[in-house]
Amino acid sequence: SISIQVRINQSSSLSSSIIHVLFSVPRNYDPTLHPFEVPREYTRALNATKLERVFAKPFVGSLDGHRDGINCMAKHSKSLSILLSGSCDGELKLWDLPKRKCVRTIQAHDGFVRGICSRFCGTSFFTVGDDKTVKKWNMETPGYGEREEPLSTILGKAMFTGIDHHQKDATFATCGQTVDIWDEQRSSPVRSFSWGVDSFSCVRYNPVETELLASCASDRSIVLYDMREATPLKKVVMKLRSNTLCWNPMEAYFFTCSNEDYNLYTYDMRRLNAPVTVHMDHVSAVLDLDYSPTGREFVSASFDKTIRIFRKDGGHSREVYHTKRMQHVICVKWSADNKYILSGSDEMNIRLWKANASEKLGLLSPREKEAHNYNQKLKEKFQHHPQLRRIARHRHLPRDIYKQRRELKEMLGSRRRKEKNVIKHSKPGSVPVVAERQKHVVNVE
Amino acid sequence: PSVISATCFYSKRAAVVSAMEEEEEEELTLGDENIISASEDEGASDDERKHIKLLEAISCLGGKKRKKLTERSEASTQVSEFSVNAEGEGEKVKLSDLLGKMEKTPKNLNKTKKQLKDLEKKSDTLELPLSRQEKEKIQREVAYVKTSTEVSRWESVVTQNRNAEQLVFPLIQEPSGPKRIEQVVSGWKAQTPLEQEIFSLLHCNLQPTHDPVLTPVEEASLKAMSLEEAKIRRAELQKARALQSYYEAKAKRERKIKSKKYHKVQSKAKRKEFLKKFEDLCKTDPQAALEEFKKMELLRMEERMSLKHQNSGKWAKSKVIMGKYDLVARKAMQEQLEMNKDLTQKLVVPSEDEEQEQEEPKALPDFVNDPEPVGDPANPWMRGQLSAEALGPEVSHEVEQEEEEEPENEEEALLREFEQKRRLRQSEDKGFEPVVSEEQEDPVDEAENREAEEELSEKGEKDDEDGLAEFKNLFNRLVEPVILETGEEQGDEGLEEGLVRIHSLDDTELLANDHEASLVEPVPSDTSNMEASACPPSKNSKKVKVIDPSEVLTKQAKVIKVPHAPMMVEDEEDLDEQTTIIKEAFAGDDVVSDFLKDKRKLEEDSMPKVVDLTLPGWGEWGGVGLKPSRFKRRKFRIKPAPLPPRKDQKLPAVIISEKRNAALAAHQVSYSHLPFPFTKPEQFERTICSPVGNTWNTHNVMRKLTAPKVVTQMGAIIEPIAKDDFIKDKNPSKPQPNLQLTKDSSLAKTVCSMEMKGGKKLPR
Repeated sequence: SISIQVRINQSSSLSSSIIHVLFSVPRNYDPTLHPFEVPREYTRALNATKLERVFAKPFVGSLDGHRDGINCMAKHSKSLSILLSGSCDGELKLWDLPKRKCVRTIQAHDGFVRGICSRFCGTSFFTVGDDKTVKKWNMETPGYGEREEPLSTILGKAMFTGIDHHQKDATFATCGQTVDIWDEQRSSPVRSFSWGVDSFSCVRYNPVETELLASCASDRSIVLYDMREATPLKKVVMKLRSNTLCWNPMEAYFFTCSNEDYNLYTYDMRRLNAPVTVHMDHVSAVLDLDYSPTGREFVSASFDKTIRIFRKDGGHSREVYHTKRMQHVICVKWSADNKYILSGSDEMNIRLWKANASEKLGLLSPREKEAHNYNQKLKEKFQHHPQLRRIARHRHLPRDIYKQRRELKEMLGSRRRKEKNVIKHSKPGSVPVVAERQKHVVNVE
Repeated sequence: PSVISATCFYSKRAAVVSAMEEEEEEELTLGDENIISASEDEGASDDERKHIKLLEAISCLGGKKRKKLTERSEASTQVSEFSVNAEGEGEKVKLSDLLGKMEKTPKNLNKTKKQLKDLEKKSDTLELPLSRQEKEKIQREVAYVKTSTEVSRWESVVTQNRNAEQLVFPLIQEPSGPKRIEQVVSGWKAQTPLEQEIFSLLHCNLQPTHDPVLTPVEEASLKAMSLEEAKIRRAELQKARALQSYYEAKAKRERKIKSKKYHKVQSKAKRKEFLKKFEDLCKTDPQAALEEFKKMELLRMEERMSLKHQNSGKWAKSKVIMGKYDLVARKAMQEQLEMNKDLTQKLVVPSEDEEQEQEEPKALPDFVNDPEPVGDPANPWMRGQLSAEALGPEVSHEVEQEEEEEPENEEEALLREFEQKRRLRQSEDKGFEPVVSEEQEDPVDEAENREAEEELSEKGEKDDEDGLAEFKNLFNRLVEPVILETGEEQGDEGLEEGLVRIHSLDDTELLANDHEASLVEPVPSDTSNMEASACPPSKNSKKVKVIDPSEVLTKQAKVIKVPHAPMMVEDEEDLDEQTTIIKEAFAGDDVVSDFLKDKRKLEEDSMPKVVDLTLPGWGEWGGVGLKPSRFKRRKFRIKPAPLPPRKDQKLPAVIISEKRNAALAAHQVSYSHLPFPFTKPEQFERTICSPVGNTWNTHNVMRKLTAPKVVTQMGAIIEPIAKDDFIKDKNPSKPQPNLQLTKDSSLAKTVCSMEMKGGKKLPR
């Protein structure tokens, strides 16, 4: 029994099977003795769905302490418990997430802190601000009596609006009037890309193909770069401006951008003439998004005071989070263990949410785990049944968002109807049927 | 320039360089007037020069001799850095000068010459270089294509991950189990002398002490093969092994074949092939042929040494004795002798193969080595066997006939006869006794069989035993059903409807329905059809049921008749044909009666059934043979209230389904809204029907069925998918400077080519 105990400690999956072998009561699986399998499972699925809705309490906690709206956030690349956030008054805070406490406050910039990124090794981080500087900071809190000072400061020619660090090398990219690639050791950019645009709002490294970059520009375009090349690669101009973008961390060639037209668009970088998926549901401009580390889902923050979770190939969101007090959500992050979502909003708070609203936090016993898996499976199995669908899809929305949604729906519906009518009443073939995906790209250069 | 042109003459580029030089010079000559003024200026800079000289002198004092820069001492426009004076400066170099040089150079420079001549001929102007925008556009395009192909390498990984049954994140798991202390404790150093000694040893062997537990060599070997490649490789190996085993099995089988003839044919073919190959080899590669020839010679020598064909073996001796009485044995002996002669001659016969060597002489008839004595009809043993085969007088008769036909071929015929007998015996041994017994019962079959056997015997020369056995097998299979059928036919008549096979209770119900339907059926024409269709799989029903369209669709038949009337007059046969065609087309299409049947069945199914809830043994005695009392049965028998009349009761041609239950509809997936991949409700139902819970499945099965698609670990950081782990670099990309270089060189090339095009503009 001692050896078994040791094994049990080693791995839970093994232990559950051992427990089963040891303590299971033999029973008869003859199907005639257990009739009505489908109705019984259906009932179980229904109950599981209902319970899921009952237990859907995604809000975990909020981190308050900033004295202005939160403008940017960054995850620590090696630690799950540290979060960096920068606010509109140039203040930067380091948070201890398990304790929900601010551990360090730095007055980093004059004006907004525009961007933060953590170095891949997790020993330092970079910030850019409205004061045209890029600052490198030590992740360690300075000792007693030491002043809070950046490790290095680079004064740029123009304002920086975003920063991102390379996945492996000591280089980082900033955007402002141009997209610049910097070597950490140098005070001038190694390379700077510009393509007839005067300002960029976001630049992101591809976490998989680490030499690739993408940026959102103010001329409604998304520009792709390769760090090794002298020129940018490609540019897509859309109907409205994209605010931010994020690469899928598991699928190298997909990225999603959050657009001013309330939608998000997932592109395949090899076929930019139309997005792969259009994600609709927000009722106002989408300001930020972040992929889950599994690359299966992403979370988006919107000006409409909600955050939504989309499946990477789902046209509509699977989840919407909101609270009474949460204002325009400006930045959002998905934690590196795929369990939590962090949102920073206008009203100076950072909120911590569960990525899976009804998930039980903490350690689960093997039986709990099995029951959970079984319930999930049942829900998946009966997901197309109307009752289950209705219950699983039901969400409460604040009144104004609900109204806006309805309004938007009506507008879209009428537009669609008109299109249909035009097609119906014109010579066949003269008015082309344009798919939704085709409607949003203006030009690819 | 002449020196330069002489030195770098051998490349394509050289021409261009010299050409460029010429251009330069042209410019220089144009600016000749300025030179004078420049020389005047020299005086002014005299002081400066003196100063430099002084500095040089001082530096020389130090003992070290610096390499002196050559001073420009003459007023020439061109001074090279290697202090070569520009002789004949100011002259123009013409292409013809270059060509003159070329003629002197010994080696083949035809290509360069030609190029230069082409240059002379051409009169194109240089193309304008591309504008910056256009150039960038091209660069962008190229770079984009490059990166997108690079990125596309992820495609397989992405699809694999998407289709994976389960993905466990983080994708690269840390190896479980105990870790070495160096991995856990960072910054640990060997301190004691013992430790230091050990570590020095480890270092000697390149055994890593810290992070990687594996040596570089091991790591390299691990990295050398990705999982997929390993799988592919394994599959290949498996296939190869399987093929090998097939081949081995085949070889074994072939080796086991006792037929001498088979081996003879085989070896003959081999020999032929070998000869052919050898001839070819002689033509193409005499060296190899010679070697081959030597090998053959060696084999032959060995053969000769072995004394195999010297008529001294046991078999040969026996043949000598037999030869007195047996023609065949004599023949065999002769062949043996011939072989011997062949071998002892000093002629080269490129024939020996290893397999061949192992064999006994091939010229022998196959049966010679058989254990049973053959040929003596007086032998009682033989007689017994022959009679068992029931291969009576006919065969022998035929043989006799053959003998009459071909008297000169007597021996062969005899041989064949023996062979036939032997084969028959063998096939019998392989288990065809039952057929034989049936033959005895049924004279017709026997005759057939015999015919077949005769066919076989005729074919016999070519076939080996295997082929024969196969044929026999097939034949038997053909014969048996015939027997069965005839048997049935004998049984016949009374079985007609009695033979209906009832598989289940449902079938009986169906039957009853049909019977009732046929009774109730109002249309007389239908009843006949019903009856026809009501008798299911009897023997007759095997035939295609032909329905007379006139019987089923009476009205239509009338309508059709009108337009066809005149045609009928023309040709009656034609009409017959048409009706048959119609009949065939509607064969088995008994629509109306089918519909009626369906409706009736539905109605009956929807009728509420009486439920009997009687429990025997409750409140009274129970046991075998005891029935619950009538009172009790009546009490627990629940008669349901009759349903409201059906909606389609008075609509004979309509079935209105009354299955839909509004209360249940919320829990049912409607047919019109089937989820995406499904096209038929049955498919969807099937997915729903199999339960996944542990009420119906064993624990392990349930665990497998309910395994989640994505598994994450609590507190584990999920890093983005890493290129090094998933994509193997087949041709590792060169480092950046290299890339730069190649780009430059390519640019230079384009420049070159452009210059070459415009070369004509050079002045003569």
